[in-house]
Formats: sequence, structure tokens, C-alpha cells
Amino acid sequence: MSTAFDVAVEVSLRDGIADPEGLTIERALPALGFSGVSGVRVGKSLRFVVEASDEAEARQQVEAMCERFLANPVIEDVDISLSLVS
Amino acid sequence: MTVKVGVVVFPGTNCEHDVVEAVDSVGGCGRLLWHKDAGLADVDAVILPGGFAHGDYLRTGAMARFSPIMDAVIRFARGGGPVVGICNGFQILTEARLLPGALYKNRDLKFLCQPTRLRVASTGSVLTRGLNVGDELDIPINHFEGNYICSDRTLAELRETSSIMFTYRNNPNGATSDIAGISNKTGNVVGLMPHPERAAHPLLGSTDGALLLKGLIGGG
Repeated sequence: MSTAFDVAVEVSLRDGIADPEGLTIERALPALGFSGVSGVRVGKSLRFVVEASDEAEARQQVEAMCERFLANPVIEDVDISLSLVS
Repeated sequence: MTVKVGVVVFPGTNCEHDVVEAVDSVGGCGRLLWHKDAGLADVDAVILPGGFAHGDYLRTGAMARFSPIMDAVIRFARGGGPVVGICNGFQILTEARLLPGALYKNRDLKFLCQPTRLRVASTGSVLTRGLNVGDELDIPINHFEGNYICSDRTLAELRETSSIMFTYRNNPNGATSDIAGISNKTGNVVGLMPHPERAAHPLLGSTDGALLLKGLIGGG
């Protein structure tokens, strides 16, 4: 029997890679009155549902998707969250 | 014998006719190949031209890497066949892992469409074999994601194997070590952000791109 898992994949630029979008946002914030903001990084998030026999298998599948397709390991890191579809 | 150059068309590719025209103008024979083709027919070289293959969804080149023809392109490249990726084609070659590194958004977040001056940094590739190290070429760029990024280790390897083919004289996009184009270790796979086909006729303001295409045709 398979179980459905809600998957959230956060793709972010690897540490040390300049993020011009994040930098631009960071520079714009003081103009709106938000001071003291630093370390802005821009990424993307993907949401989908995976069917698998258990959480470990679901995670394995998502990790393989990330490695092969959803992210580019040369420049990006991923953070994967799984939860049972309620 | 006329060298046949297959120019791969993905949905969203937009430089294919310019490339065919430029290849023909230097004495080759360009022909279009569709991304769903299973093979490369009998071509002697392959060019992945510029554009926005598959809309550049997810990342530039990420979808195109899985187009059916890419299996044949990868086999051809691994067998020593000349494969050149121009702009979006370069992005596809990195996603296909035929070339190391990645292309990321330009440093200043501007789409850049302008002439650039390049310096030939190595002559060990199918594009640069007719040139000399230090030669300067005027060839335009046209991209938003041309900022070449790679790890320190990859950069060291590129240097050790003389695989950096072109550098910008005035780095327009933030690329690591001013890199505009690289090759694989054997020099048969080359990727570059500038568009040689847009510098292949006197009316275009420069014919330096034709020198590169002649290199491809001459030894193909």
C-alpha cells in the first residue's frame, strides 16, 4: 500500500555564490524604512505530492529528483520537507 | 568534402537560422535537427544554438537536457565528435554535464545585448584551433544568465588542462575569472556565451565569429 506525502523543496543558492537579487532587495529595504536587515537570499520553492510506501522511500525519490533535475548542485542547495497528506 | 553541421532546434530556440547561414557562409553545410530526433543523421559536427529552449523553465537548459536528441548528442560528444554550444546551447551543455560549471544571472541583473571583446586563452579546441593565444575577437553577447560559476577545484582543473577558451577583456556579467567560453579536456566540446554567428559578415560589424566557425569546419 502506498501513502501520499506532501513535499516541499526549497532551492537556494549555495553559500559563497553571489546573489544579485538578494543584494538588490537588501539595498531597497532601508528606502522603505526597514533598517537592520541583512543576509537576504532569494531562492525558489516547489510543492508536490509523492506516493511511496513510507517516508524514507518518498525522501529517497525526492532526493533523486533534486540531484538529477530539480536543482543544479553546482550552484544550488536543497532543503526537503515531507509530511503525510492530511 | 563539405562538412555537415547539425544545428539542433528546441522549442524556444531562436538563433538556428543565423547559425546555419553563418556555417554555410564559411563553406560548411548547416542543417536543422529537431530536438525530438532520435539520432544525428550523418552530421560531422553539432551546434546547440542560442534562444530559450523549453522556455528556460526551472533553469536555463534544465529541460533541454532531457530532449530525446540529447542522448545522441552526448554519445557523439563522448566519442570525440565536435559539439559547440552557443549561449543557451552553452547552458544546455553544462546542464547535460558535458561541460563543468553553471551559468547564473548576470551580476547586475541586466539583460546584456552588446559587442564584447574577447581574448583567445587557448587554441586547444575545435573552435580556436586556427587562432593564436592572445588574439582578440569582437563578438556580441545576448544573455541574462551568462555569469559563469564553478568551484575553485573546477577552475583549477580548467586552468591545468588549458580548457578556458575565451575570456572577456571587460567582464560584462561577473563571470568567474572573466570566462566567456570553455571546452572539455579533449577540446571537442566547447561552450561560449558570445554569438559567433552574429559576427560572421561585414554588415554585422565584425567577421571574427566566422574565424571560429572556420575552425570548426576546417578540421571537422
